[in-house]
Amino acid sequence: MKRTPGRDKAAPVVAGRAGCPVILCLGNPHCGDDGAGRLVARLLRDRLPSSVRIEQHAGTALALVERLHGADAVLLVDAALTGAAPGTIHVFDCVAEDIPAARPGASSHGLGVAEAIALARVLGTLPRVCRLYAIEGETFAPGAALSPAVRTAAEGLAARLARELVHTVPPSATSYGPHGF
Amino acid sequence: MARRTINVDVLARVEGEGALRLVIQDGTLRNAELRIFEPPRFFEAFLRGRSCMEVPDITARICGICPVAYQMSSVHAMEDALGIAITPEIRALRRLLYCGEWIESHVLHMYMLHAPDFLGYDGAVEMAKDHPDVVRDGLALKKAGNEILNLLGGREIHPINVRVGGFYRVPTRHELRGLREALLRGRDASLDTVKLVAGFAFPDMERDYEFVSVSHPGEYPFNEGHVVSNRGLDIPPQQYDAHFEEFHVKRSNALHSRHLGHGAYLTGPLARYSLNSARLSPLALEAARTAGLGATCNNPFRSIVIRAVEVVYAFDEALRIIDAYQPPERPFVEAPMRAGVGCAATEAPRGMLYHRYRLDADGSVLEAKIVPPTSQNQPSIEDDLRAFAPHWLDLPDDRLSHLCEQAIRNHDPCISCATHFLKLDVVRG
Repeated sequence: MKRTPGRDKAAPVVAGRAGCPVILCLGNPHCGDDGAGRLVARLLRDRLPSSVRIEQHAGTALALVERLHGADAVLLVDAALTGAAPGTIHVFDCVAEDIPAARPGASSHGLGVAEAIALARVLGTLPRVCRLYAIEGETFAPGAALSPAVRTAAEGLAARLARELVHTVPPSATSYGPHGF
Repeated sequence: MARRTINVDVLARVEGEGALRLVIQDGTLRNAELRIFEPPRFFEAFLRGRSCMEVPDITARICGICPVAYQMSSVHAMEDALGIAITPEIRALRRLLYCGEWIESHVLHMYMLHAPDFLGYDGAVEMAKDHPDVVRDGLALKKAGNEILNLLGGREIHPINVRVGGFYRVPTRHELRGLREALLRGRDASLDTVKLVAGFAFPDMERDYEFVSVSHPGEYPFNEGHVVSNRGLDIPPQQYDAHFEEFHVKRSNALHSRHLGHGAYLTGPLARYSLNSARLSPLALEAARTAGLGATCNNPFRSIVIRAVEVVYAFDEALRIIDAYQPPERPFVEAPMRAGVGCAATEAPRGMLYHRYRLDADGSVLEAKIVPPTSQNQPSIEDDLRAFAPHWLDLPDDRLSHLCEQAIRNHDPCISCATHFLKLDVVRG
C-alpha cells in the first residue's frame, strides 16, 4: 500500500461527541527514536483530565487488536520511518483510511501496527474515533538516544494533545487499569 | 539459455531476517539454501558472569513468542546444576504456564500465519475480509492463553514470575479457578479448530525424517524427559552434547545442528506428535483421529493439524492441572549456590530447546549454551525444499515461490525475536 501520509492536520483531536479517550503510546524506548511514543506518554502525565487514560503498549500486534476492541476513542502515538524529515508528525484517521506499512512484514511475524489497525477495521472492532500520530524518526539503533528533532516533535505533540484534550473531554475521573498511570 | 530470477523481497509470516535462494538450471533444482543474515545476538556470551538467578529473566527476552520455553529450559538447567528438585505442585504450575504459551504461539501461527496459505490469501488481514469469524475465533483462543500467562507469569509477554526453584508468587486456588470458564470455552473452540484445519487441502508430500523430541513415559512432553528419536536415540538431556553437534555454515548466522552419525533431524510438532501421540489426553487423541492423523505424521504441510491437536491438549491439560491444584507450602525451593554443570531440554511450541550452563561456586555463569529449535531445524527445512521443489518447477514463478514459502512456514521458524523479514530469491537458468 503506497500513499502519502497526512501531515500534521489541524483537525481537532477528538470530536465533541467522543467519549473519554485512551492515548496508546507505542514503541521501544531502547531503540532510539522508536521511543518517541513513550516520551509523549511521559510528557502528558499530569497534564490531562483524569478521565483520559494514558497507556504504554509494548505488546504484540494482536494484543493491540484486542486493546482497541471495545474502546470508544483511541489516539495512538508511535514512531514512523517514511523518508520524511525527522520530527515530521504524520496524522492518520484510522477509521477512514489505510495506514501504509513502512515495509510489509517488517514486524514480528509480519504483523505490525498498520496490520493491527487494518485487522481491527475488517473485524469491525475499531473504536468510533481512532487516530494515529506517527512521529518521523531518524535513528532506530538499539541503545541510541532520541534525536533532537524527534524530541522537539514529541514535546510539540504532547503540548498539542494536552491543549486539545483539556477542552474536549469531561474532567470527571474514571477508573485506571493496570497499564494506566 | 533463458535465465529467470525471481525476487520476492518480503516473505511475510515468518519471524526473523533471512533469505531463501533456489537455483534452477535447465529445469532441474540445483540448490536450495536458507540464508539467515540476522546478526548474532550473543546471548550466550553476555550471560557469562551473571548470577544464575538472573538467567531465567534474561533468556525470556530471547523471544516474544515463546519466552516461557526459554525460561523453562534455563530454570530447569539451573536446578540441575544446583542439584535441587522442585515440588510436584511447582512442576504442575510450570506445565500450566507452558500450556498458556503453546496456546498463544500455536494459535498465532495457525490462524494468522499459516491458515492464509491454505485458504488462498496473502495474509490474515485479507483472510479476515472473507472469513472474519475464523479470525475472531483465533483471537478468542489466543486470549485464553494470554490469561494463563498473565496470571502465572505476571504478564503476557516476557513473564517475570519464574525463578530458580519455583515461582516468586504462586496463585491461589481461587485465582486459578477464575481461568476455568475461559479455558472450557477455549477447549470447545479448539475442537472446532481441529475440524477447520483438517479440512484444508494438503500437498501429498512426505519425508523420512529423523524425529527428535523430549519424551516422558507418563505425559505429553513439556518440561521433562529424555531426548528420544525414531532412530533409537534415548538419552537424558545431560548427554545431548555427546550426540548432537552445532556447526557453522557460511550462509547462516544461526548455527546449524546435526545428530552425530546421522545428520539432519527435525524437532517440533511433527516430531513431538510422532514420538508421543499415545500420551495425548483422550480428548486430544480423539480429535487427532477424527482429523485423520495416524500415530505418526511425516507430511510437514499437515503440521497445522498437529498444532491444532496440541492446542486441544494444552486446554485439556490446563483444566486438569487447575482442577487438581493444591498450592505449594512455599512458592519456591531454596537454591544454595554451588559449582556445577546443568542441562535441560524442554519443548518450545516450535521444537525442542536445549540449554546447558556451567556455574561457578557463587552461582555465576561461566559458560552458556543455547540451542533453539529453529537452529536445529534449518538443515531439515532446506532438505524439505530440495525434496519438494522439484515437483513444482513447472509451476509459474509466483506459485513456486508461494509453495516454497509455505514449506518454510510449515515449521513456524523463529529466526529471530526481533523485527525482520525474509527474502526469497529464485534463479532459473
